[in-house]
Amino acid sequence: MFPILAARLLAPGIHEFVVQAPRVARKARPGHFVVIRVDEKGERIPLTLADWDAEAGTITLVVQEVGYSTRLMGQLAAGDALQDVLGPLGTAPPIEKVGTIIGVGGGVGVAPLYPRIRGYKQAGNRVVAIAGARSRDLLIMVDRLRECSDELHLATDDGSVGHHGFVSQVLEKLLDSGVRPAEVLAIGPVPMMRAVVEVTRPRGIPTTVSLNALMVDGTGMCGGCRVSVGGVTRFTCVDGPEFDGLQVDFAELQQRLQQYRSQEKLAADPAQRKEACRCLEQLTAPSFRG
Amino acid sequence: MPGAADRAKLPRVEMPKQDPRQRARNFSEVALGFTPELAQTEAGRCLNCRNHPCVDGCPVNVPIPEFIALIVQGDFLGAAQKIKEKNSLPAICGRVCPQESQCEARCVWGKKGKPIAIGGLERFVADWEREHAPQAPPSVPAACESPRRGVRVAVVGSGPAGLTAAADLARLGYSVTVFETLHAPGGVLRYGIPEFRLPKGILDHEIEYLKSLGVAIETDVAVGLTVGLDELHHREGYQAIFVGTGAGLPSLLNIPGENANGVYSANEYLTRVNLMKAYRFPEYATPVRIGHKVAVVGAGNVAMDAARTALRLGADDVCIVYRRSRQEMPARHEEIVNAEEEGIRFHLLSNPVRILAGSDGWVQGMVCQRMELGEPDASGRRRPVPVPGSEFTLDVDLVIVAIGQGPNPILTRHTPGLQLDRHGCIVTDADGRTSLPYVWAGGDIVTGAATVIAAMGAGKRAARAMDAYLCSTVLAGQRAGVSEGRG
Repeated sequence: MFPILAARLLAPGIHEFVVQAPRVARKARPGHFVVIRVDEKGERIPLTLADWDAEAGTITLVVQEVGYSTRLMGQLAAGDALQDVLGPLGTAPPIEKVGTIIGVGGGVGVAPLYPRIRGYKQAGNRVVAIAGARSRDLLIMVDRLRECSDELHLATDDGSVGHHGFVSQVLEKLLDSGVRPAEVLAIGPVPMMRAVVEVTRPRGIPTTVSLNALMVDGTGMCGGCRVSVGGVTRFTCVDGPEFDGLQVDFAELQQRLQQYRSQEKLAADPAQRKEACRCLEQLTAPSFRG
Repeated sequence: MPGAADRAKLPRVEMPKQDPRQRARNFSEVALGFTPELAQTEAGRCLNCRNHPCVDGCPVNVPIPEFIALIVQGDFLGAAQKIKEKNSLPAICGRVCPQESQCEARCVWGKKGKPIAIGGLERFVADWEREHAPQAPPSVPAACESPRRGVRVAVVGSGPAGLTAAADLARLGYSVTVFETLHAPGGVLRYGIPEFRLPKGILDHEIEYLKSLGVAIETDVAVGLTVGLDELHHREGYQAIFVGTGAGLPSLLNIPGENANGVYSANEYLTRVNLMKAYRFPEYATPVRIGHKVAVVGAGNVAMDAARTALRLGADDVCIVYRRSRQEMPARHEEIVNAEEEGIRFHLLSNPVRILAGSDGWVQGMVCQRMELGEPDASGRRRPVPVPGSEFTLDVDLVIVAIGQGPNPILTRHTPGLQLDRHGCIVTDADGRTSLPYVWAGGDIVTGAATVIAAMGAGKRAARAMDAYLCSTVLAGQRAGVSEGRG
């Protein structure tokens, strides 16, 4: 069990947890993720690290309530525990001094963007951050982004703060105004990352994206997280989660993310869930009498 | 007791099984096991031959004639203990070992009639012991006094190789910790082999036995990422480390359409069902796609497991698609028969060339071509050659790819200095010693995907070699230290 030391609401439906996981904290690097299970009957879900403290032995996770497990997690408080935390997983890319970096975060994707741009800032780069959300109250970690960036731009779909529109439009304006980044890093929903790539591709700007594919084990054993990058099948868990955004087949990724939509609805609805469990009990014989 | 000549005429006792139509729709165990009467009848056929060729056919050299003689005498507990001298996982081996190509293949009765059902008898005594002799923690008096006590040894991976190495090292007296990446121990026995072939309660029981020997198990640790081998050695004080991380990296077909929704690797499909218990969704939160018409590509044991699982989840029609012929199918004969009895269809000499997806992204069909067998290839099997113009389309809505697994990449990718071969398997000597001084390895991570028992044999050999190494280094140093202290 991995105790939750602190839990707080960052925005409606978006929670931040500080979890005791000393082994993970000691090895964590920007870009790493963990696979967690909330309880004994839970799914294994991947979450990219939002922060960590090697000395305190803690990691920070930011979770938006979207499916069964994340909703369950939303009910947890300090003093509760996660059943499992495995990590740090994935390939943490090297962070070097390259000049100017533009970090683009959308929605809950702002959380994993934070340690990445902090890493770039510490390495001596000029960091421009763009953070967006549907509206002002869903925009998270703005203060932390401000601390580790030289320039911070905000965007909201409804115009309640910052640019009225998408982060990709802010990026486009910056590039048109003459900013020439060595790299653009985009983390967020698939449509957002796709829109960012549509802006950078014609300008020939190297663009890295962090993908949120469905996973089971997170260690290369299931292949459920496979994604086409430059026409080659790669596993998000061990080859990623960061890839060259100009090469990623986003349409395929989006389609693979939809695979369990109907089941997710069933699992997330307590009434339906209870009913389905009862049917199942009648159907399945006890599998082992021992 | 009948004489040898009469015994030769006795028929082999076949193990009762669930009716195929019934079992194809439930996850309960297929083979039901021998009753004491059936076991004793079958054991009575054994000649107890002096040169016991069966023992040589067993990768861990279980004293087969001796445990069978104890069954004849009715001493089932004694028989179980006799097996455990060599094999710490008999209930598992009795179920999943390919006896027909190992111990039973060497049985002298095999030449004339049918070999003794050694696997069935091993299973019987292990089950009997579990059900009738609630386990007292085994007393290991020699080990308690052992100078090995307090010397820390790590085992990476809790599949058959790791569990066996851990048991042998613990019995010698070492303080053993097993590290497992997943949330539950057992490796392929947990995520790969289905409930109907190996009930997880039996695996749990075997792991409890291991814990009773003093073995600690730490789950959620991906050695290589969570902690390095060097850190385990230098910082955490593990004097020797056994690596049994297995072959779990799924091979894919690399054909168009393979990333369509509804195409699984067998590993993903079986992991969802076995480890995550998706067959009890939504009580368990992990879903799995229930296909109506399912194609499983490949004809090994994993393919049979996936096909029979699909049937049990409610598929209307399940077929195996295999590019060679029946003779070359790598699965155990018994599992092929079981699959056929349950209604799995076989498209032999057929090879997928592309997977068709609908506008919704989901699988709608699989285009295959017919094959014929040409000259033998490197594996000694006749090479399948496409027949021009022979394409046909299978109407399927779920495809499971079960064409083999490669070595798990995490530990090997993140351990500098560990020598690998061109397949990514760890290179070792005959005792399992790797290129790193304090690291041994065995099982599928060394050989590529093979059998449970072969992995157990490798775990045993490595445990012996690790003990010899520790006796000549750490323990010798301790003794020298003690005598110096006295002087």
